[in-house]
Amino acid sequence: MIKGLIHSTESFGAVDGEGIRFLIFLKGCNMRCKYCHNADTWNTEGANLMTADEILDKAERYRSYWRDKGGITVSGGEPLLQIDFLIELFKKAHDRKINTALDTAAQPFTRDEPFFEKFNTLMKFTDLILLDIKQIDPIKHKNLTGHSNENILDAANYLSEIKKPVWIRYVLVPGLTDDENDLHRTSAFIKNLTNVKKIEVLPYHTLGADKWRKLGIKYPLEGVNVPDSEKIKQAKIILGDETYE
Amino acid sequence: MEAWRNFKGTHWREDINVRDFIQNNYTPYDGDESFLAPPTEATDKLWTRLQELQKEEHSRNGVLECETEVVSGLTAYGPGYIDKDLKNLEKIVGLQTDKPLKRAFMPYGGIKMAEQAASTYGYKINPKFSEIFTVYHKTHNQAVFDAYTPEMKKARHAHIVTGLPDTYGRGRIVGDYRRVALYGIDFLIKKKQEDFANCGSGTMFDDVIRQREEIAEQIRALEGMKQMAAVYGFDISKPAVNAHEAVQWLYFGYLAAIKTQNGAAMSVGRISTFLDIYIERDFNEGTLTESEAQELIDHIVMKFRMVKFARIPSYNQLFSGDPIWATLEMAGKGMDGRHMVTKNDFRFLHTLENMGPSPEPNLTVLYCSSLPEPFKLYAAKISINTSSIQYENDDVMRPVWRDDYSICCCVSATETGKEMQFFGARANLAKCLLYAINGGIDVKTHEQVGPEYPKITSEYLDYDEVMHKFDLMMDWLAGLYVNILNLIHYMHDKYYYEAAEMALIDTDVRRTFATGIAGFSHVVDSLSAIKYSKVKVIRDDEGLAIGFESDGDFPKYGNDDDRADDIAVWLLKTFMNKIRKYHTYRNSEATTSILTITSNVVYGKATGATPDGRKAYTPFAPGGNPSYGAEKSGLLASLNSVAKLPYEYALDGISNTQTISPMALGHNLDEQKHTLVSAMDGYFDKGAHHLNVNVFGTEKLIDCMEHPEKPEYANFTIRVSGYAVKFINLTKEQQLDVIARTCHKCM
Repeated sequence: MIKGLIHSTESFGAVDGEGIRFLIFLKGCNMRCKYCHNADTWNTEGANLMTADEILDKAERYRSYWRDKGGITVSGGEPLLQIDFLIELFKKAHDRKINTALDTAAQPFTRDEPFFEKFNTLMKFTDLILLDIKQIDPIKHKNLTGHSNENILDAANYLSEIKKPVWIRYVLVPGLTDDENDLHRTSAFIKNLTNVKKIEVLPYHTLGADKWRKLGIKYPLEGVNVPDSEKIKQAKIILGDETYE
Repeated sequence: MEAWRNFKGTHWREDINVRDFIQNNYTPYDGDESFLAPPTEATDKLWTRLQELQKEEHSRNGVLECETEVVSGLTAYGPGYIDKDLKNLEKIVGLQTDKPLKRAFMPYGGIKMAEQAASTYGYKINPKFSEIFTVYHKTHNQAVFDAYTPEMKKARHAHIVTGLPDTYGRGRIVGDYRRVALYGIDFLIKKKQEDFANCGSGTMFDDVIRQREEIAEQIRALEGMKQMAAVYGFDISKPAVNAHEAVQWLYFGYLAAIKTQNGAAMSVGRISTFLDIYIERDFNEGTLTESEAQELIDHIVMKFRMVKFARIPSYNQLFSGDPIWATLEMAGKGMDGRHMVTKNDFRFLHTLENMGPSPEPNLTVLYCSSLPEPFKLYAAKISINTSSIQYENDDVMRPVWRDDYSICCCVSATETGKEMQFFGARANLAKCLLYAINGGIDVKTHEQVGPEYPKITSEYLDYDEVMHKFDLMMDWLAGLYVNILNLIHYMHDKYYYEAAEMALIDTDVRRTFATGIAGFSHVVDSLSAIKYSKVKVIRDDEGLAIGFESDGDFPKYGNDDDRADDIAVWLLKTFMNKIRKYHTYRNSEATTSILTITSNVVYGKATGATPDGRKAYTPFAPGGNPSYGAEKSGLLASLNSVAKLPYEYALDGISNTQTISPMALGHNLDEQKHTLVSAMDGYFDKGAHHLNVNVFGTEKLIDCMEHPEKPEYANFTIRVSGYAVKFINLTKEQQLDVIARTCHKCM
């Protein structure tokens, strides 16, 4: 029985997939995004060890709230770092007729084995992917997250190839991701994908900053304000985020 | 009969049976809100004027004017209008006094309280009344204090039982005001005269004597109602012939209640579906338009928004924000399985759009997941935009109270026209737990209030020892509490009988005896702390436990953790079973509640530190809510914990107030509506009883507290433990308390 390294669970999520979701936050991430609001999930220290069944038993206490749409969403951290556990979790979730969503930045994605085969197995049990595109520009991406975006964009293309439903999420950070040219490039990239059900522009917020302080790490975006509404509107128009008011 | 043309059914024609009339004649509506009409010009004008008056009222410390010369009664005044110059615009007429928002003088509950209420706001009651209501006529308050035992006074003073209806009207009696419209007063008098003729066999036992006197009082009140309506130029002796008359007749019935009683809760009842029948008939006859129908509803609701009573400061601390619980229900389902959503239910909710948010009437949706989706979504939309409505689970109430119940206070059900309630405020179980630990001595006053049982003397609390002593102390409290209430209600019946309301209820009335619990979550978490962690006792020089230390690592109620939630269920069942052991006045049926209104602040203020880590003299969590900061697993985990409490042990209701950040519900109104409906479906399908839904962030509350003068906050309404209030009308203490409560958001 594989155990997941769990940061925490939350009974009520309404903006992380269809309907009401039970959220599972996994520990561990290789990216170091400057605006990360879950910095406390980066390393795996202090994780709770839980089996897929333990988590699903807990999640099922909320089944009556899901109606026909809701289910579980795994977030993090970067869930794909625990892909063996994810496969077990989502397979068992499907056995229990629970809708599954995966919130990922796809940083571990590669078409190399053994990952790729596992990824394909996981996709069999995944109903929706919430895919973060952090930055379209490779250099800026590296600066923002500490990693290349090459394999991340490849993951997006692959999900399009296999027609896996995806919501694209784009965090709008003043000075880091709100350059108009970058937004147009991102938009062009998204337009080439065939599987995008929804595009969400998430305005940067400072609620995660406190976690950095608690961890004793200097918050890199100290002094960066949340984007103004005009910028948010502009980004939404460019990227095609129609669902927002 | 002309008034009953085109109505179906037979039983209700011969006997008073409004339920039968409704079931035979109502039209379920499955559509959405697109048919609704905006406010008419008349509505806009009247509401604008009323808001000016409300603003003036707020600027005068919350009271526009107090009566000092006239004792309130059915015919104490001539006609009153919102504005004399606009009186032709008022489709529904009738005020408590001669002027809008003027507070009547109601001495029967207690002359001292009536005088104090007026003097608080700078008015002096004519001194002759002091003599009349002390020398010549006794009041309820005096009678109660004549009979109290020293132990009762002590318990009351120490606030282990508190909020008792011994200084104010008990309220919570819902007259079946619909009867006035359907039957007219003369038919109701005829029926009461028949009851009078059949009351007793001639042998005068005291229950027969009392009932004969009460029926006579009721008949007199019915005659008075006719005269009251005549003041406004209406003859209500006969049934209403159309929708306009039906709304007006019904309102006169309610007006009679609020002219003669200042009960804590003066609820309106389940009138929406009933009135829809009249509106539909007028539609079919081509005599009414949707706009006119909405106007009738807007205007009666405007009247419900104007009900006022003069209250003393200690009352306002208990029930903050000037509430009167004009609770009014919609939706629900019938015993035959048809839902009872009508177009009129939409109209009542729509008043919150046509005239903006408002705490009164206390609009209550009798919810179940099988109601039509468009109605659920519309209610959710109104909740998101106004935070002004509450939801109660029809699926758990219908089996107990059938399909024509009303809510008689904030959340308590009562079968309309068949039942009355003896309202009993609350017993402070958190304080009771401290008495168990301290041998009946109150840590605040150092008085021996409870029985002198041995104190707990160990350094660390032992679960079994605490449970044993707590059990004994609850036995004492339950007995004392029930007997205090027996005494109060005996006197209330004798000196402040609700003749007008009881005239609109069956003579052979069923009575419930509504006890209540305060400090619920703190007892649960305290017992959990003692059971699952080590709790060290801090004692003062006299050996009284004044503080507790634990590592804080124990299961807490509100996290869907059975270890804590099982204690919650145990506590409710145990207390209810203890209450049931005692004789209750007039053979009433004992019930209990876990609801506190805003009194959680006052009760907490009177209660020392508790083993769960709650600091001394700080507020309790309200009603059935988990404690502040205890909820660590999100909204649904919290809802699951509350849903575990078995309603059949708390038939008087379990209130739960939740505040949700709009962004946590979804990115736009459409998503938010669907999320809220899913959450409520899930919660109520689990058998939960009640939910207050607030949708806003704490930032808004803080801004409103700091800038109450901003125009957008004039009507900013929030739900608080079973009712709604304008946030600006809460005391600062209450405002801080509301802000401190968990606001559920998930980023």
